[in-house]
Amino acid sequence: MAEPSVNPTHDYEDIPGTYVQDGAQTQRGYQLCMALMELNRADGRAAFAADEGAFLDAHHVTAAQRQAVLDRDWLRMLQLGGNVYYLLKLAAFDRVSVQHMCGQMSGVSEQEFVQMMVGGGRSADGQRSKAEQH
Amino acid sequence: MATIIGGIGCTHVPAIGAAIDNGRTQEPYWKPLFDGYPPAREWLAAARPDVAIVVYNDHATALSLRLVPTFLLGVADRFSPADEGYGPRRVPMLHGHPDLAWHLNESLVLDEFDLAIANELDVDHGLTVPLSITVGEPDEWPFRVVPLAVNVIQYPPPTGRRCLALGRAIRRAVESYPEDLKVVVYGTGGMSHQLQGERAGLINRQFDMAFLRTMIDDPDAQAAVPHIDYLREAGSEGIELVMWLVMRGALGGPVREVYRHYHVPASNTGAGLIVLEPTTAGAAA
Repeated sequence: MAEPSVNPTHDYEDIPGTYVQDGAQTQRGYQLCMALMELNRADGRAAFAADEGAFLDAHHVTAAQRQAVLDRDWLRMLQLGGNVYYLLKLAAFDRVSVQHMCGQMSGVSEQEFVQMMVGGGRSADGQRSKAEQH
Repeated sequence: MATIIGGIGCTHVPAIGAAIDNGRTQEPYWKPLFDGYPPAREWLAAARPDVAIVVYNDHATALSLRLVPTFLLGVADRFSPADEGYGPRRVPMLHGHPDLAWHLNESLVLDEFDLAIANELDVDHGLTVPLSITVGEPDEWPFRVVPLAVNVIQYPPPTGRRCLALGRAIRRAVESYPEDLKVVVYGTGGMSHQLQGERAGLINRQFDMAFLRTMIDDPDAQAAVPHIDYLREAGSEGIELVMWLVMRGALGGPVREVYRHYHVPASNTGAGLIVLEPTTAGAAA
């Protein structure tokens, strides 16, 4: 799949660690999202369970997206255009929690992520802009 | 004449629904959250609305990236709880109010809000969790429901100003409906949360408190806040808060704050609950 060719600068690109579902993101990830959408249905879940690779091939995802799904590499799926609400279909299929997924994306264990949330969550301080981080 | 008797702002975290459905509300993790719900439930039970207009968003359930309506009005006579991967929540079927919904559609489109229409719509946790939070676990929902789904997933969602204006137009539409109905409006979603990326887990209590204060006292000022501020300060999913501005607009001029509760965390979210009453009758503001 070609990268979107029009890529103007957006104000939100300055926010660290955040993947806004804009048009470019949806262009990258549409097929991946729609494949994962199939997991909403029992027959889709059965087909995915029977052969994950064949299921993904049938939905025309890219090779990189295919590998990210097979690896359950949540951050990579996000970087390849996946939207979190579609990734959560896969998390539900795997019976893993949102905290498991978010922990992996942010580089900590599920338990560490849960503890961070119980402690009030991740502070916005130092996280508002890439410039602020440097 | 139909009248809007109140507004509710309410988080719609799916784990809150799961805690209710699995009988875990008194566990130490959940108890402080659920201890905050009775006053809102008591207000709603005493108010006895006939209809709730619930402003919510679908989470890749009945809708997907295939078709993305910015505003989608549910005109059906019933709405089923959706299967989100764990089977449908075992909550009652929701009964719609097609006559009011079609009136809203006609009034709002002629008022220049170009809605999409859903004659069939399964509703996910975005709609059912706020009802569970504010009603509990009834055998039947005590009022009819008109769903209004807002796109907050494909960027950009409608602006705060557009949401506030839509709310005000909903007020005009409700007040031009001839039948004597009592209507509450829910704005759902938020508050601060981010479910994705290296910044996942962001919570901003200060932003959430400022949002509540300004949304209540000076809704035009809150409506002028650009999306970038929500994304930066309240997290990528915190932008759902624009839906609360639809509710606020529907209440017209000054409002009375009946109740407020806020707790961190509900799963990964700053969980807010607020009950507001209009102080002016008629289509003020």
